[in-house]
Amino acid sequence: MSIFLDRESRVIVQGITGRIAQFHTKEMIDYGTNVVGGVVPGKGGEIVHGVPVFDTVKQAVAATGADASLVFVPPPFAADSIMEAADGGIRYCVCVTDGIPAQDMIRVKRYMYRYPKERRMVLTGPNCAGTISPGKALLGIMPGHIYLPGNIGIVGRSGTLGYEAAQQLKDLGLGVSTSVGIGGDPINGSSFKDILAEFERDDETHLVCLIGEIGGPQEAEAAEFIRDHMSKPVVAYIAGLTAPKGRTMGHAGAIISAFGESASEKVEILSSAGVTVAEHPSAIGATIARLMKKAA
Amino acid sequence: MDIHEYQAKEILAGFGVTVPQGALAYSPEQAAYRAREMGGSRWIVKAQVHAGGRGKAGGVKLCDSDHEIVTACEDMFGRKLVTHQTGPAGKGIYRVYVEAAVPFEREIYLGFVLDRSLQRVMIVASAEGGMEIEEISAQRPESIVRSTVEPAVGLQEFQAREIAFALGIPPALTQAMVRTLLGCYAAFRDLDATMVEINPLVITSDNRIMALDAKMTFDSNALFRHPQISELRDKSQEDPRESRAADRGLNYIGLDGNIGCIVNGAGLAMATMDTIKLAGGEPANFLDIGGGATPERVAKAFRLVMSDSNVQAILVNIFAGINRCDWVAEGVVQALTQNPVEVPVVVRLAGTNVDEGLRILAKSGLPIIRATTLMEAAERAVTAWRNDQAQNTNVRAI
Repeated sequence: MSIFLDRESRVIVQGITGRIAQFHTKEMIDYGTNVVGGVVPGKGGEIVHGVPVFDTVKQAVAATGADASLVFVPPPFAADSIMEAADGGIRYCVCVTDGIPAQDMIRVKRYMYRYPKERRMVLTGPNCAGTISPGKALLGIMPGHIYLPGNIGIVGRSGTLGYEAAQQLKDLGLGVSTSVGIGGDPINGSSFKDILAEFERDDETHLVCLIGEIGGPQEAEAAEFIRDHMSKPVVAYIAGLTAPKGRTMGHAGAIISAFGESASEKVEILSSAGVTVAEHPSAIGATIARLMKKAA
Repeated sequence: MDIHEYQAKEILAGFGVTVPQGALAYSPEQAAYRAREMGGSRWIVKAQVHAGGRGKAGGVKLCDSDHEIVTACEDMFGRKLVTHQTGPAGKGIYRVYVEAAVPFEREIYLGFVLDRSLQRVMIVASAEGGMEIEEISAQRPESIVRSTVEPAVGLQEFQAREIAFALGIPPALTQAMVRTLLGCYAAFRDLDATMVEINPLVITSDNRIMALDAKMTFDSNALFRHPQISELRDKSQEDPRESRAADRGLNYIGLDGNIGCIVNGAGLAMATMDTIKLAGGEPANFLDIGGGATPERVAKAFRLVMSDSNVQAILVNIFAGINRCDWVAEGVVQALTQNPVEVPVVVRLAGTNVDEGLRILAKSGLPIIRATTLMEAAERAVTAWRNDQAQNTNVRAI
């Protein structure tokens, strides 16, 4: 199977009765995703796009054997829904919600660690476009038709920039094993490093494309992981070389931030870890094609 | 969201942190009156702006008389204070805070911040507080005391004691220091702050632990549950275009270039700016119009970008995922028909229904320059801008 999803993954949508969630549930079903139900407290018994709605995740899991979930719940309630999924036996969860308070996410991460590793849910997002294993399953809001099935793993923080990469690959006849959005929030479920480790273990992935941006320590951490633990080639693009330095009040941020948070430092650190960095976003596809040819 | 020093002090005092006696003033006369009311013989007048580095920029003045207070205030009110944290435009001074001067023995730095690596709240402290803290942390990182908070139980007293001893706080003041640390953490946690900073935290000559300055920043995603904090928003401290954009659900940051950008998604917006630069141009702004690029949003984005008089060309880059290119194209046509612009417009569409979108642009008869890739779009925008500038120059020459 691909790193998180396959044709057999049994998917529920938390918040399925919302207008936008309904739209994307339909898109996911049309793509071939095995959507088996939804969860909305107080709406148990309803049917959306032919799948049953449950009041709780535990009920949904008991009735459908669900193992994956898409959280489509408004920001004030999203953290609670993720923890419900973690406690209800879901193995893989994508949260697309944008605007979850940072301290809620700190609590979510802490809560997930109460489970032993073999029972611990993997979360990607929040504030991401989702995960797709082309031809198998789509868990998120991305347009499925821009991804061809293939052997390139994509991991990125930005949604539309990830689409940009997938479209370029498709135009070159190159396909994707899995594309994972880790989201743009400061506190997120999985880091670049976590997803790179999955791709390194995955037989279907031959090359990884990492799409990062200015700010945060995760690209520098990824570079260290690539240098020490990855055998597969990695191509990266980092957005934000011309972005102005954030106008942040106070010194605390500057004191804790290490070398490697600006876009140019990230390019430098990734290059020295053996990553091929695409010079501009329109060159992502061609750079990958060159490396794939060399590897073949 | 940032707040003023006097507001942060009021909040922290409510959580048990000791602060000097002080009062807010909106005019020089009011400042002098407040000082008389407070009593004493020495006061500090502090410009209230959302930025650090005020001392070095002349935003903090020590005064010994009514007259000096009035003079200091007259120098501050209405002026833009430029510090290394404000950007070159500076921030306007419309309020000052008058405080009783407090003699002190030692200055300490204390900060609470979200650590993105450990994904927890981190406390950073230094026995050497004051204006040079960033230099100290860069030159002697080992001198910075750090401690992370376990989110399940919060900051523990033993951690606060460890910090106090590491900073060399005299034993008689350990309890006061612990109270200060626990109070700051409680404020951080209960009010969804993303940053609390006290610089300096001092040991006063009469042996008290006191916050002489305070800064707080709040998580804007959490303001829905803190209406009392939302009310502290001061629009006079924001870039007017940025706050107007925020009120309309657009994420806009003004820059110094002349090629305006309209893009969906923050990552793609930054990539677009980078590509413009690579093509030899300068971006005029960062603008993320968000996922649902509806015709109304596109129209609003055009008005916003054109409100910057430096803009001499516009690049629209939309990757339609959820929304469709035909829809975005209709938005562009609608916006340009209702509010014609006199600068070249380059549109690059990709994703769902791209052919239909391009057909709509072509059919409109508007002078829109189309592009397929982002690099091509950036090159065409830069070329169109150069040609347009050359033409204008010729017209002026005639």
